[in-house]
Amino acid sequence: MTSVLIFIEADETGAASQASLQAITGASKVSPSNVIAVTAGSVSGSDSLPVDKVIDLPGVETSDDGIFDSLTSDISELIQSNSPDLVLFSKSDQGAVVSARVAFRLGAAFAADCTDITGSAGAISVTRPVYGGSALADFSIASTPAIVSLRAGAFEPSASEGGTPATEQASSSGEGLRGASVLNAVAESREGVRLEDAPVVVSGGRGLGGPEPFAVLEDLANSLEGAVGASRAACDAGWIDHSHQVGLTGKSVSPDVYIAVGISGASQHMAGCSSSRAIVAINKDGDSNIFKEARFGVVGDWEKVLPAFIEQVKALKG
Amino acid sequence: MRIAVLAKQVPDPETPPSQFKIDESTNSVVPPSGVPPVVNGFDLNAVEAALLLKDAGIDVEISVLSVGTDFALDALKKTLAMGADRLVLVDEAGLDRIDAAATVKVLTALLEKDGPFDLVLGGRQASDWDQAHVVLGVAESLGIPLVTLVQKLEVDGESLNIQRVIPDGYQEVTCPTPAVLTVTNELGEARYPNLRGIMQASRKQPDTYSLADLELTESDLESKVKLERLYIPESNKQVELIDGEDEADAGRNLALRLREEKLI
Repeated sequence: MTSVLIFIEADETGAASQASLQAITGASKVSPSNVIAVTAGSVSGSDSLPVDKVIDLPGVETSDDGIFDSLTSDISELIQSNSPDLVLFSKSDQGAVVSARVAFRLGAAFAADCTDITGSAGAISVTRPVYGGSALADFSIASTPAIVSLRAGAFEPSASEGGTPATEQASSSGEGLRGASVLNAVAESREGVRLEDAPVVVSGGRGLGGPEPFAVLEDLANSLEGAVGASRAACDAGWIDHSHQVGLTGKSVSPDVYIAVGISGASQHMAGCSSSRAIVAINKDGDSNIFKEARFGVVGDWEKVLPAFIEQVKALKG
Repeated sequence: MRIAVLAKQVPDPETPPSQFKIDESTNSVVPPSGVPPVVNGFDLNAVEAALLLKDAGIDVEISVLSVGTDFALDALKKTLAMGADRLVLVDEAGLDRIDAAATVKVLTALLEKDGPFDLVLGGRQASDWDQAHVVLGVAESLGIPLVTLVQKLEVDGESLNIQRVIPDGYQEVTCPTPAVLTVTNELGEARYPNLRGIMQASRKQPDTYSLADLELTESDLESKVKLERLYIPESNKQVELIDGEDEADAGRNLALRLREEKLI
């Protein structure tokens, strides 16, 4: 039996995020005896999450929290007072930082960005992709608590309701501030559908050779009500803004169709799109790795293939 | 201002997948023949961030710190050739197989012994184990402020003005020194060394410390997370290649095939 503490984050609507619900599914893999969900700031619907108990930490204004300084302190204290065998985070912006800081502060065993978890208290096993996804590594953790962060998409999300958890209000110590302070946030302008939500993503890579072809990809994306993505190489070259980057260090997407144009398919890129329903590759190098990951492909020069493809797509869309 | 950049030597991530091999008896990657190791790319972004401060006229001394076994000095000297001032190494057998928690212990001891530093920079993650938490652990051990995913850095007296990348934009952050920052590739590509830099770097020798110098023993470096198995995942995907009379025709046929599968 394993007692589990899960850090639950809110999504844009204020409800528990998909990644947090995936973590609840993750907890079900380790014969849980007692599952505590910790929310920071109110998460709507948390009183019916399928867990045993919800502990609500008061929301802390980001500007006063440094980069999650007080959250790190508060969660560390909750772990010490509740002594869970396993602590689960989703590897979000917040979860990635807080999980690592908490683990080092408590001197606890830590495994980040895991895609699977099994075992039980004192004998937890996790799997994580390494070398940019070229390899997998299995680790065992004998000590408690084990602190684990989960990669987005590692598990199906659990139901968001149906539970009758006990609820408890915790107080924030407001301690642990180190002096970093967020002055404000600047949102990148975005037209059309959000990359992570798009049913179709059209991505370009090094093989496009410059910034201009991204206008062609955008035309295709628009006619499919999709969004434009890019490989890190294309972003680093300045051809398109980094907010379009798909991959290990960019965004993770799982559209119905992921169309990769001039992308070689390095494992670091595939880490951000491999859960797509179908990957379609257009690349002139038939030996490139993308064809090992794709369901459909055309070996050819994108400058010749793509215009005809787009014309046909538009005709079909009529 | 004394700046420490934490750097890691890694297998070249551009190694073609066909040459990526694992020795399952030792759970380690077989170094591909003819592909020398490199400095982790994000760590070079961190060196670049330090050099941009120097370019801006700030009086900085840049030390590049690394922990490992049998370093490829030519790879690490790239940081000197770019313009860093010093290379500081802990080079001992077994240090290439310690985990992140142990690496944090060694780096923290090294930063204290070779310090004090006003600023500690590192890459956002390493391209081998992709863990992204050694630098965060160092901030916890030192008990000083941490800001992750820095895409822009300026020094204003005793404080730092920072842009921190978030999923849909960036935050403007102010932070006192000393501080620990992780740098992301959004900062911009690391500069290429020029010939003069390469010549100067070739004459420099690293400063070295042993674990004994840092008052650490092997028992300090034991792991709570045990690697049981390292392996290459099996892929059973089979691509369906779409043909045509010419490339344009293949493009048209691809659209028709996707419609047939109700994917568009």
